[in-house]
Amino acid sequence: MIVGGVFSIEIFFSELIRTYPFFLEAAWLTLRITLAAVLLGTVIGVVVALIKLSGPVLKVFADIYITIIRGTPLIVQIFVLYFGFSQVIQLSPFWSASLALAVHNSAYIAEIFRGAIQSIDKGQMEAGRSLGMTSSLTMRRIIMPQAMRRAVPPLGNQFIIALKDSSLAAFVAIGELFRTAQGIAAGTFNTMETYLIVALYYLVLVMVFTWIVNRIEHRLSVSER
Amino acid sequence: MKEMIRVEKLNKSFGDLHVLKDIDLTVNESDVMCLVGASGSGKSTLLRCLNFLEIKDNGKVIFEGKQIEPKKDNLNEVRQQVGMVFQHFNLFPHKTVLENVIEAPMMVKKIEKKQAIEEGKELLDKVGLGDKYDVYPAKLSGGQKQRVAIARALAMKPKIMLFDEPTSALDPELVGEVLETMKKLAKEGMTMIVVTHEMGFAKEVADYTVYMHDGRIVERGPSNELFDNPKEQRTKDFLSKVL
Repeated sequence: MIVGGVFSIEIFFSELIRTYPFFLEAAWLTLRITLAAVLLGTVIGVVVALIKLSGPVLKVFADIYITIIRGTPLIVQIFVLYFGFSQVIQLSPFWSASLALAVHNSAYIAEIFRGAIQSIDKGQMEAGRSLGMTSSLTMRRIIMPQAMRRAVPPLGNQFIIALKDSSLAAFVAIGELFRTAQGIAAGTFNTMETYLIVALYYLVLVMVFTWIVNRIEHRLSVSER
Repeated sequence: MKEMIRVEKLNKSFGDLHVLKDIDLTVNESDVMCLVGASGSGKSTLLRCLNFLEIKDNGKVIFEGKQIEPKKDNLNEVRQQVGMVFQHFNLFPHKTVLENVIEAPMMVKKIEKKQAIEEGKELLDKVGLGDKYDVYPAKLSGGQKQRVAIARALAMKPKIMLFDEPTSALDPELVGEVLETMKKLAKEGMTMIVVTHEMGFAKEVADYTVYMHDGRIVERGPSNELFDNPKEQRTKDFLSKVL
């Protein structure tokens, strides 16, 4: 069946079957880039959020960091890290992309955590302090566990964005999903089919992510049930 | 009689608002003192100055004969001995009832978990919540929540308990159970300062009642005298409105 000469369902399915070894490998790479970026980005994000909340002096630095990182495109950040820094330190394409993606996401994640921490009723801190707990102990034992819970839905959202943004790693020659699709499309001229196939891979990955985040949310809501 | 807490010439402002004006107050061991007065009269602020949730501008807070200076003294150690119960309970929602109670003894006093649980259960039994150890606060009524909060504060074995309008956020039918718990505590000899609108409780349970207006102590005295025979006109006006 040919629709307008652009798309063939037969080619779509035959290509889907033929290309799956390449795409599965590429998907695994996409997943690794994303996980590295998300884990590192969360760590940086929590630190930046805590710095931002620690007082007016340090807050300035956190604000500058967030403004610059959030104010520049991810693709520029990847290029700066991969090509710009190549004189100073030669990062592998994988780490250039993962690091850029981590830093980029950390700015958003910092704001997610800041919002979550500030949304916790200030009576919680007072209750902790009134029992003789220090402010850092109260932060760690009382505020953060509650803030983490509130951060899960927006964090899940951010992780999905990170997963899709990892496609920009294709531009520093990493054979992740999008780059693999480009290669196959250029070789076979089955442009429409190939990009729809790669769209399907992203879609499935995002759906799996979403399912995991929902499970976590459900698990964490024990105290509200 | 042993002096527990004394306040001398205490002043506190929030910006331009002078909330506490030259407050003098002494509470002896095993005394129960109620602070009454209209909203905005400074009762809660005074209470919060006593455990340094608010820091005084000037004046003295003397705890067991020792003057406490926020800049020099370790306020965390002071607060361990001064329990507080809040109007809005402020229970930790991500912890079960028992976990709420054992948190501070374990994390601050480094008491062993087994012992903390044993003592925590005992306290919960005492406030009538022996069947709620493993329930999360969201499942409790307001009165039950406040009784957990009382048990949580008592778990630190404080020398004095501060109550900041403990029944103001409760449905009327739940007020009694909390007051009953506090009465029991008073009978056991706990030193208590209670900010309250429950005049019945003040009259019945408190040894002394202090009437505050506009940041000042207008009148103080044994509860019976203050309620039955107020001397100041302002006290009379206030009591005629609330009784």
